[in-house]
Order: sequence, then C-alpha cells, then structure tokens
Amino acid sequence: MIDAANDAPAVRLSGVRLDRGPRTILSGIDLSVPRGSVTAVLGPSGCGKSTLLAALTGELAPAAGTVELFGRPVPQRTRELLEMRKSIGVLLQGNGLLTDLTSAENIALPLRTHTKLPREVIDRLVEMKLHAVGLRAAADLYPRELSGGMARRVALARAIALEPPLMLYDEPLTGLDPIAIGVIVNLISELNRNLGLTSIIVTHHVHETLPIVDRAIVFANGGIVFTGTPEQLQASDDPLLRQFLRGEPDGPIAFDSARRTEAA
Amino acid sequence: MAFAEAIRSVGRGGLFSLSVLRASKPTADFFAELTREIYKIGARSLPIIAVGGAFVGLSLTLLGFRALETYGAANQVSVLIGLGLYRELAPVLTALLFVGRAGSSIAAELGLMRATDQITALGLMAIDPVAKAVAPRFWAAVLTVPLLVAFFSTFAIAASWFQAVQVLGIDNGMFWQTMKDAVDFRDDFVPAFVKAAVFGGTAALVASYVGYHAEPTIEGTSVATTRAVVNASLLVLMFNFVLSAFLFR
Repeated sequence: MIDAANDAPAVRLSGVRLDRGPRTILSGIDLSVPRGSVTAVLGPSGCGKSTLLAALTGELAPAAGTVELFGRPVPQRTRELLEMRKSIGVLLQGNGLLTDLTSAENIALPLRTHTKLPREVIDRLVEMKLHAVGLRAAADLYPRELSGGMARRVALARAIALEPPLMLYDEPLTGLDPIAIGVIVNLISELNRNLGLTSIIVTHHVHETLPIVDRAIVFANGGIVFTGTPEQLQASDDPLLRQFLRGEPDGPIAFDSARRTEAA
Repeated sequence: MAFAEAIRSVGRGGLFSLSVLRASKPTADFFAELTREIYKIGARSLPIIAVGGAFVGLSLTLLGFRALETYGAANQVSVLIGLGLYRELAPVLTALLFVGRAGSSIAAELGLMRATDQITALGLMAIDPVAKAVAPRFWAAVLTVPLLVAFFSTFAIAASWFQAVQVLGIDNGMFWQTMKDAVDFRDDFVPAFVKAAVFGGTAALVASYVGYHAEPTIEGTSVATTRAVVNASLLVLMFNFVLSAFLFR
C-alpha cells in the first residue's frame, strides 16, 4: 500500500513523456498535485488526458521521466502494481460495473477481495458507501436497472470502498443530464472533503467542474499549457485558453486535435 | 510473415493458458464463480446435448444395421454403437455442441466485459481479471464436458436401443450383451472422459482468449464470437485425432 504518512505531494510527474505505440502523446510533463486538493485536468478530446490517467494507474509506463504517487514511483511489476492500485480509486467513464452482480455486490467486491472482514461488517460498509452516494434503496438492483446517473454513483461508491487516499475521475460527467451532473459534482467535492482524499478530475466539462476545484491544469497540443487556480484560468487572455473556454472552432487548438507544432 | 504471425499467436495463446492456470486459486470466491459457471455452461447445455445424442444414436443405428445386414451380422450393431460412441463420436460431438452453445457465450460475455470497461475496472481495483472472469469458466468446462459426454452417450445408447430392438427387431439380450463384451472400461470408457476434459478445456481457453482480447466494440465482440466457434471446433477435431492415436491401440 502507499505510505500516506510522508510529506511528498500526492502526485508528481517529472519530465514525463508518454507514447502510445510509435506516437508521442504527451512530452515534457512536469506537474505536482498537493495532498487534499481537487485538481481538474482539462483539455480538448484527444489531447492526452486519458493517457495521463493511464500513466497514473500504471497501465502505461512513461517512455521518459518519472511518475510518483505519494513520493513513490509507480511500479512496473505486476505484483507491486496491483498492491499500489488498492490505494487508488478510479471512476471510469463507462462505470465498469460488473453486470452479473447487484449494486451492493459490486461495491462489496473490492472489500471481499482485499480484506478479511467478516460478512456482516462488509454488508454494513456497503450500506454506508451506498448511503454516501444517496442510493441505499438501489442495493439490490442490477446495473441494467439503473439510470446513467445512478450507475455512475454506484461506481463511485465502489471506487471509494477501500477508502483510497487518491481518487481519479475519468470524464465523470459525460453522458449525464444536468441534474445528474450537479449531483456528481457535489459528491466529488463532499467526498474529497469528508474522507480527506486527493482528487484528480479528467474532463472536458470546464464550466461544471471549475467551481469545485482548487487547481486546474490544461493540456493541449501534446503538453501542459496552463497550471493555476480556476480564477486565473477564467481571467487568462491566452488565445488558446480563451478558445477552449469559449468553445470556439477556430484558434490555436486544431479542431481535429492533431498536434500543431507552431502553437506548442 | 503470416507464418510468423501464426507462431506469435500460438505463443500468446500459450502464455494466456499459463496465466489462467496460475490464476486458479481455490478461494471461496473462485468456488462461488465456478458453481455459477457450471450451471451456466453445463446445466444449460443439457437439452441440446440430450437431443443431439438421441439423434446421433438413431442415425448411427440405421447406418450400422444397413452395413452389417449385408454380412448377416446385424445383431452386432450395438458393438458399433458402443465403440463408435465412446471412442470418437460422443466426445467430439459433445465438444462441438458445447463449443456452439457455451464457447460462443464465453467469448461474447468476455468480449462485452472488455467493451464495457468491466475488465479494465477489475484491473484497476487490483483484482486479476483472469482469476475472476476466465479461470472459473475454464475449470467449469473441464469438469462439465466429461459429464455432458456421459449424458450424450446415455441418450444416444437409449435411442439406439429403441431403434435396434423396438423398430428393427434385434434381440434385446443380444443388444446389451454384445455391447458389454465389446466396450472395455479402461480402453474405451476412460479415454472418452480424458478426451472430453481436454476438449472442454481447449474450447474454454480458445473462447476466453479471443473474447478477452476482443476489440472493445460491439463489432469486436461479434468477431470474437465467430472466431471462438471456428477456432475451437477445428482444434477439437485436431486434438481428437492426436488423442485417438495415443489413447487407442
């Protein structure tokens, strides 16, 4: 498990280059995410946000540089990697709920696998997690019986089941109606505060996410183009950031997301 | 180039099979999944196996009766039925029916798990997806296909008895006695179940491999399902020849 007691930032990337096959997706990435913060990783589709997430979870090894979680490099060996992943909660865009298990069984799965707690205690913990996301009544429902927003909340409850110190959200608002978006955004903020987590939200939903985050990092054209507070982002007059925030088709960010070397 | 790719593919399949064996740990969760899979791929295959077995028994009896009648040996038809079924037809046909019924469903289920992020989610929860989703299916197939062969044979012999004794007029005592004399427990009966276990394991591994590595799309799942049935059926037929050559003298 990750040693959460040292003083290192929750996430630190130094000189990281990430490749997918022969293609370089991100390069020269230096960033640090302080403990206890909520950070939004923003950027247009195809800018490498999900690739960054894959590097944080150890799915993708960096081609250069180091990726550290709580002061320790993300391991490459399967056994150590699986051990490390117990300390990371991930909410996937597709939820990834096991369809042959009920909501409660889905949430109990990591607890049953990674702890030796008696069944009654696990049942109680599952009930508490479901309560935390406001879905106690949905315990016995299968994923196919849940709406999009409910399924996302069950997946969120499962992601926090082991109370990991770091939560990663991959496009948590995609495909949800405005009310469900509001519910999920509030939940992310509340869970981060109440459980003392560090949260990284990878999203292109800028306006919905900025109100709850402490810091924003914007990716475009293969690298980081902005790091700062949401207020600094909103006040920026960088044409690239303005294009992204206002959703303009023309500007320094190519519409097809192909890398523009002159703008990098 | 195509040859090199084929060799690579066999190597990847071998490594996948090893990972399945390594991931097979007798935990409570494993046995719970195993029980569920035995029901899903074993018990639910019973109707198709029963019907398939009965019709094979009927047609084999007709064929044998016609051929042996020429030599005045029609009352020996149960020898052909017994040996033909246990040595070749029951394990092979059961395995082929199993591939069509359960192999395709294993590939489709794993392909959909891949397409809907379930396999990714398991890995991110530090749960080995092979241990959770593949190993129980593999062992369920190894355990159930021999039982399905017994079921297939029972229905085939019962149907054959009906055809031979009730329809074609062969003496009842002769039918059973000649079969009993011809079929040997160690040489014919046991190898049928060894073959069945090998075929079951092969079918499940092929189906799991193509489903697990399917493109994460609906089309990828459909391609994986077709590939599972084609590849597993061919492998069953090939392994049947190899096993027959070694097991039967």
